[in-house]
Amino acid sequence: MLKVVDLEVYYGAIKALKGISFHVNKGEIVTLIGANGAGKTTTLNSISALVPIKSGSVSFMDIDLKTLPAYQRIYKGIAHVPEGRRVFSRMSVKENLEMGAYSRRDKGSLNRDAQRVYEHFPRLKERRNQLAGTLSGGEQQMLAIGRALMSNPTLIMMDEPSMGLAPILVSEIFQIIQDINKQGTTVLLVEQNAAMALSVADRGYVLETGNVVIEGTAKELSNNPEIKRAYLGTA
Amino acid sequence: MSLFINQLINGVHVGSIYALIALGYTMVYGIIRLINFAHGDILMVGAYTVVVAIGTLGLSPLAAILISIVICTLFGILIEKIAYKPLRNSPKISSLITAIGVSMLLQNIALLVFTPTPKPYPVPLSVEPLNIGGIQVSFMTVLTFGVSIAIMLALQAFVTASKAGKSMRAVSEDVKAALLMGINTDNTITLTFAIGCALAGVGSALFCLAYPSVSPTMGSLPGVKAFIAAVLGGIGVIPGAMLGGFLLGIAESFTKAYISSQLSDAVVYGILIVVLLFKPSGLLGKSVREKV
Repeated sequence: MLKVVDLEVYYGAIKALKGISFHVNKGEIVTLIGANGAGKTTTLNSISALVPIKSGSVSFMDIDLKTLPAYQRIYKGIAHVPEGRRVFSRMSVKENLEMGAYSRRDKGSLNRDAQRVYEHFPRLKERRNQLAGTLSGGEQQMLAIGRALMSNPTLIMMDEPSMGLAPILVSEIFQIIQDINKQGTTVLLVEQNAAMALSVADRGYVLETGNVVIEGTAKELSNNPEIKRAYLGTA
Repeated sequence: MSLFINQLINGVHVGSIYALIALGYTMVYGIIRLINFAHGDILMVGAYTVVVAIGTLGLSPLAAILISIVICTLFGILIEKIAYKPLRNSPKISSLITAIGVSMLLQNIALLVFTPTPKPYPVPLSVEPLNIGGIQVSFMTVLTFGVSIAIMLALQAFVTASKAGKSMRAVSEDVKAALLMGINTDNTITLTFAIGCALAGVGSALFCLAYPSVSPTMGSLPGVKAFIAAVLGGIGVIPGAMLGGFLLGIAESFTKAYISSQLSDAVVYGILIVVLLFKPSGLLGKSVREKV
């Protein structure tokens, strides 16, 4: 479904991605794990065209994304929950969800979709008229995911959904990621919390300084001694 | 007492005009953090359009004013596309200097085409003053105030409730997040310039009806005043521009009446300095607190 080949991205003179390749099949949860600065966020940002691609190709359902303007990607079915949540803090929870549905043309189903988001995140329903900037970090993360779901995406890319959250919220968020996947949305998950990510993923890729160094099924990766030592903190 | 009320009315009159122009500054700043120094010169563009439309083409005053609003809107769109859009990813200072350059360019083109000699604004408006509860109010004051309030309410409704208005708010908060929502941010920014300059076109007509002299640099002073109004109210905040405009107009008018007409500008700048000392984000401005 998503196919990335030899992707290279530069920040000025610095090579952030040194030709990474990976793919995501329909219905999967695929995770990119790695330390800070490995290039995980850059990978997602280049798929969303928030950063320019130097060379390589990105295609989604056999459409070449390279020439597609950033704002049109969501119309093709790719939603992105960005690093740091980036909710619209001066808008209400409800308005944030409306913005999430900006790309939708079938206005009739908006309410139903909002209800679905509220079912995933009852807290958001309680706070639907509150400004997003006044929510806690966990609630903002829920809102960022809910906002992305409002576009009814084929593929949802999530950047560090567990960042800065209390452990209990982290498991809640990962439970929801699995629910979303079961309901038919393909997931590309970027995480520093490798143990958590591998526990829900089908397959994974390990990134190190702009390269894919190891790839495999989540099970293989969880049992790989090198990964255990470097990322899972067990040996 | 009657002097007080008369000056208050005068202040509201000129304040409505400042508020309309300030809206353009504040909307553009809100969305791309750019002080569009060419905004005041749009007033001049509108005024000369009316001069040409009536003097050369022989159109009716109403048609001329409507056309001038359209021309101002088109100028806003053109200026954004030609001068600012190519600099979208450059440092802010580049756009700022470009804005000053655009202002000079417009003024100098006007100097070349229309010569520096001021021309009279060719819309005569002599209507009997209205008598409201024993107070004489000129028809122009009522018209200016009414038009400004109506436009501001419409704008506020547009920004809070319409899809395009909401996308403007989204872009002003976070361009990248707006892109991820599927908003064509370039179009949204162009729309903001268009609306801002259309309001300047309306402001131009109302300004010229009050001060009917058209010259190439006529936009500078009201432009600066409106900019101050926008900063005073809290730049980037729409109700702030309205509040700032009215406060500025009233302060100016009272200073002229009670202190000295030569000091009125000094008092205006003084108010700005004092407000910014105590509340740097302006009266209605929100200090930005980032949640991490």
